[in-house]
Amino acid sequence: MKVAIIDYNAGNVQSVKFALERLGLNGILTNNSEEILSADKVIFPGVGEANSTMKHLRKLGLEKVIPNLKQPVLGVCLGMQLMCSHSEENDTDCLNIIPQKVIRFRPNSQEIKVPHVGWNKILVKNDSWISENISEEYVYFVHSYFVEVGDFTIATTDYVQPFSAALQKDNFYATQFHPEKSGSVGEQILKNFLNIKQIKTT
Amino acid sequence: MLAKRIIPCLDIKDGRTVKGVNFVGLRDAGDPVELGKLYSQQGADELVFLDITATVDKRKTLSDLVKKIAKNINIPFTVGGGIRSVEDANVLLQSGADKISVNSAAVRDPQLINGLAENFGSQFVVVAIDAKLFEGEWKVHLNGGRIPTELNLLDWAKECESRGAGEILFTSMNNDGTKKGFENEMLAKLSNQLSIPIIASGGAGSMEHFYDVFTEGKADAGLAASIFHFKEIEILDLKRYLNKKGIPVRV
Repeated sequence: MKVAIIDYNAGNVQSVKFALERLGLNGILTNNSEEILSADKVIFPGVGEANSTMKHLRKLGLEKVIPNLKQPVLGVCLGMQLMCSHSEENDTDCLNIIPQKVIRFRPNSQEIKVPHVGWNKILVKNDSWISENISEEYVYFVHSYFVEVGDFTIATTDYVQPFSAALQKDNFYATQFHPEKSGSVGEQILKNFLNIKQIKTT
Repeated sequence: MLAKRIIPCLDIKDGRTVKGVNFVGLRDAGDPVELGKLYSQQGADELVFLDITATVDKRKTLSDLVKKIAKNINIPFTVGGGIRSVEDANVLLQSGADKISVNSAAVRDPQLINGLAENFGSQFVVVAIDAKLFEGEWKVHLNGGRIPTELNLLDWAKECESRGAGEILFTSMNNDGTKKGFENEMLAKLSNQLSIPIIASGGAGSMEHFYDVFTEGKADAGLAASIFHFKEIEILDLKRYLNKKGIPVRV
């Protein structure tokens, strides 16, 4: 199986590659559209700031490539946020693959910190792509913006309010948390993504 | 609910763990990768690797080590020790570090924090602060606590936050090594006045100390070294204990 990891100056893409290696797969770090188009699976990682990251994507021409991919695509953290329609982070128009909005945590108490950093529990919808051997588990998050709960939410986490911990729309899959850093639970979730059968799109 | 984090800290010199480590069953207790792996299997939530190598070859050794850690360990880890520039940090990011921590270099050049946050995001930037209570005031110290400054701890921590730090790792020099508990009063003050997470360090000697640091000290994470290295406390036991006492932890 050929797995492309989109490499576009957005943080720690190496750790996704290493996580795949631990599962016995050799992921290809690339920003080349042919390479991405020919992969069986695509991982769209990312940490950092939404606006400058979208600019990087545009510069590489990937803002047109990613929304048109037909194979299973996994967005992680900022990757997931960029799949949505709009992010409040510096008023950024995103890829508009999943029609949901990204907004900032606004805690009503001093006790609650932003960013949301650390291990928190996900509640997973049954029969979703993520749910094989996964139900209520701790996974690792680090983010200040989040996707509201909506039609495409398949897992939620509670922090300040319930938010989307994972999404799916057609062949686009996404997690707000970092499966590559979430211990054995994260490994299972990556496996679940890698086990997704190719979706036929017409 | 967001879990409180337990973080073992490993001191590294020339690519090896230093300060006695007392582990039976490890093929090589001096290998930071093996030790880190063991801790992660025992339930550590994150790891901190602090490089204290002073040699010229330091950078290469450290980036090689970071690569090895990133390949083998599936939980987040922070690397600190001698990072003085955005370029130093970039090498470690490219090798697979999730976060870096800066200490003295940030005091000498506070703009470094801005540079790191702008280039890599705040989530990548931990500012470590060593401070000592002296004549009623908490003063920041440099070079592993050897050099006192006139900088006030709370002022400096707030400045770090406004410059883009993602987390503060506060070590109380008054408590460090005493095993009498964390500096909960100051920790609570930091936690109340800053909106970024606070990692508590210095003074852990018992499981109760961790309970106290999460309740009285309002810390988001507790860091310790020797009590874990010498197996005075097993991470799994600690987490079971905290869980029973109603502290949210990942077990």
